[in-house]
Amino acid sequence: MLVLIKGGRVIDPGNLDGIMDILIKDGKISEIKEHGSKLKAQSSKLKVIDASGKIVTPGLIDMHVHLREPGHEYKETIESGCLSAAYGGFTAICPMPNTNPVNDNGQITEYILKKAGIADTVRVYPVAAISKGLNGKSLCEYGELKEAGAIALSDDGYPVRDSQLMRRAMEYAKGFSMPIISHCEDLNLAANGVVNEGAVATSMGLAGIPNAAESIMVMRDIALCELTESRLHIAHVSTKESVQAIRNAKKRGVKVTAETAPHYFTLTEDAIKGYNTNTKMNPPLRSSQDREAIWEGLADGTIDIIATDHAPHSYIEKEVEFDQAANGIIGLETSVSLSLKLVHDGVISLTGLIEKMSTNPARIIGIENGIKIGYSADITIIDPDLSYKIDSGKFQSLSRNTPFNGWDMKGKAVLTMVGGKIIFEEMVSANRKP
Amino acid sequence: MQFTKKDILDMESLSVDEINLILDTADRMKEISTRPIKKVPTLRGKTVVLFFYEPSTRTRISFDIAAKRLSADSLSISASTSSIVKGETLADTAKNLEAMNPDIIVLRHSSAGTSHLLAGLVKSSVINAGDGMHAHPTQALLDMMTVREKRGKIAGLHIAIIGDISHSRVARSNIIGFTKMGAEVVIAGPPTMIPKGIETLGASVSYNVDDAICDADVIMMLRIQKERQKSFLFPTEREYSKVYGLTKERVKNARSDVLIMHPGPVNRGVEIAYEVVDGPYSIILDQVTNGVAVRMALLYLVSGGARNASAD
Repeated sequence: MLVLIKGGRVIDPGNLDGIMDILIKDGKISEIKEHGSKLKAQSSKLKVIDASGKIVTPGLIDMHVHLREPGHEYKETIESGCLSAAYGGFTAICPMPNTNPVNDNGQITEYILKKAGIADTVRVYPVAAISKGLNGKSLCEYGELKEAGAIALSDDGYPVRDSQLMRRAMEYAKGFSMPIISHCEDLNLAANGVVNEGAVATSMGLAGIPNAAESIMVMRDIALCELTESRLHIAHVSTKESVQAIRNAKKRGVKVTAETAPHYFTLTEDAIKGYNTNTKMNPPLRSSQDREAIWEGLADGTIDIIATDHAPHSYIEKEVEFDQAANGIIGLETSVSLSLKLVHDGVISLTGLIEKMSTNPARIIGIENGIKIGYSADITIIDPDLSYKIDSGKFQSLSRNTPFNGWDMKGKAVLTMVGGKIIFEEMVSANRKP
Repeated sequence: MQFTKKDILDMESLSVDEINLILDTADRMKEISTRPIKKVPTLRGKTVVLFFYEPSTRTRISFDIAAKRLSADSLSISASTSSIVKGETLADTAKNLEAMNPDIIVLRHSSAGTSHLLAGLVKSSVINAGDGMHAHPTQALLDMMTVREKRGKIAGLHIAIIGDISHSRVARSNIIGFTKMGAEVVIAGPPTMIPKGIETLGASVSYNVDDAICDADVIMMLRIQKERQKSFLFPTEREYSKVYGLTKERVKNARSDVLIMHPGPVNRGVEIAYEVVDGPYSIILDQVTNGVAVRMALLYLVSGGARNASAD
């Protein structure tokens, strides 16, 4: 089977940028040529994808998602989450371990991978727990987890409160070259807060979470990362103080990387007015100054990646009193469009976007991903100008908890290919070969 | 002027004209409670559900009496005696209530925003009887009615609100209501109890009670909840009472015509001295009396009273 992706602008940061044709043979990239030049392989069975006017990128990777299987399959299954990822333009995702049971042992990791294999759409790279049961009391068996297929460690959803345990986790993980992904939150300081502390929370009568609840732990974990000379990745950065701390640490040469989510660079705490529980997440939506700091962090490379923190919840958890509603929103099917808005608004370049959604996540989790001869054909095609309205009713995700329903967007992923197989396609017909 | 609001959710959403109409209507309603036969047929055939998720004496009884004096059928449900203990959600309980066609649902709940949630789910009118730390509009309206009755106006008055502003829906609604009507509001209390950004509601902030009350026309004291000690908001009741309580000595330094208010329940000897509660400046029980009148006015107005019924 031969597939030709023709005439698109191919961007593989640090490697390629130009109008090119890509030939895919048996699931691998076999030729890359300037558009129009003659390709060696010829076949009557050639499937041609006309990508003119589109962006062809190495497959996008979402390093931070929550699939709810095992345990809460009514919110999301591995199959539905993978399909949601495919429709969002992702070729690979990293599900967090806070399932029920928790992914804290090899069997659960294997179960997740088995289910992902049956779904057979996007690639799944499980993140396993730092501590058994996410309880912060004892270390999981990282050796076994790595062997089973886990690529990183995180107690996401909870911080690791015990600094000694965090130190040892970082040191021990170093032996397996696995990064620690830290959910930074001082629980005592966050207390019973549900939204960002400030005037909006005060006028709405909701308990606030100060920025310091996040940045204190960011600073602690950077200190521990420095001490242990290990690899630390900070999840869902939301405050200006965190951005500053990470920027300073990087300047000192600390091996810290960081992510933020589309909602933190798109929305502010103003979105919570009206008590829409689809604006409730942890960390909370912050102030406009924080959002500006996130933009700066994305622009100068302090924030390495964009990850969605895709957190499916049903109406049961969301159509309730605001302070009792579950935290989190889904993000897989809106991430590319919201991130492209940053490009349209001039915050980051298109190349910068691809770095943050493909190149950097691949580097952090240590996988091969790129438009290179011999590499697996994991490719995303993006139409940067396609105008459409977000309709959560059409999502592949089993959940609908998004604050972006009805938003008018410009640009989206239109084709997702994994190992040469097209798992999602929405190319406008004018561009299709007859 | 016609009153067109379906719900009474907070003070932000009421205009100056609407507040004046509510207070004027309440002034007229007050007389009904002084008659030998304290009942008018105005809301006959209307059903008022008092839905109280959180304990309340004053507010629940006040609404109940208000409904009965207008001849509405009122019934009361509390969290502990309803299906909420069986795990039914607020949304489901609301939809089931709605199916029985009540005209007005009065909601008290410990979570902010619940009356907004309920108002979006049901066709009945919703009156917020206190939602978490967010709003208590009927309390603010009865406080404004009481001040207006005693001083003949609200505009230009100095109002000092003292105590745990952070956790107080009464403070929030009163700051918004009184400033909207042209009063100046200063709040005071320990910095641990002054929430970030409270100035944006229109109040100025002081950490010193004596400064806050020296030229106040009205001093409103807020209840201190003893369990707040556990979250380190104040060290001891003894110290609180000394530094932030309304003592006899402090009242001596206040204006000679000062009005002293408290939304209740009072912690005598903690935020307010025994003698001050019962003293000559206290209008705490007038607040309770006017609460019935304000709630009668609101039940009447949201029922479309100004259009198709008469209070007389």
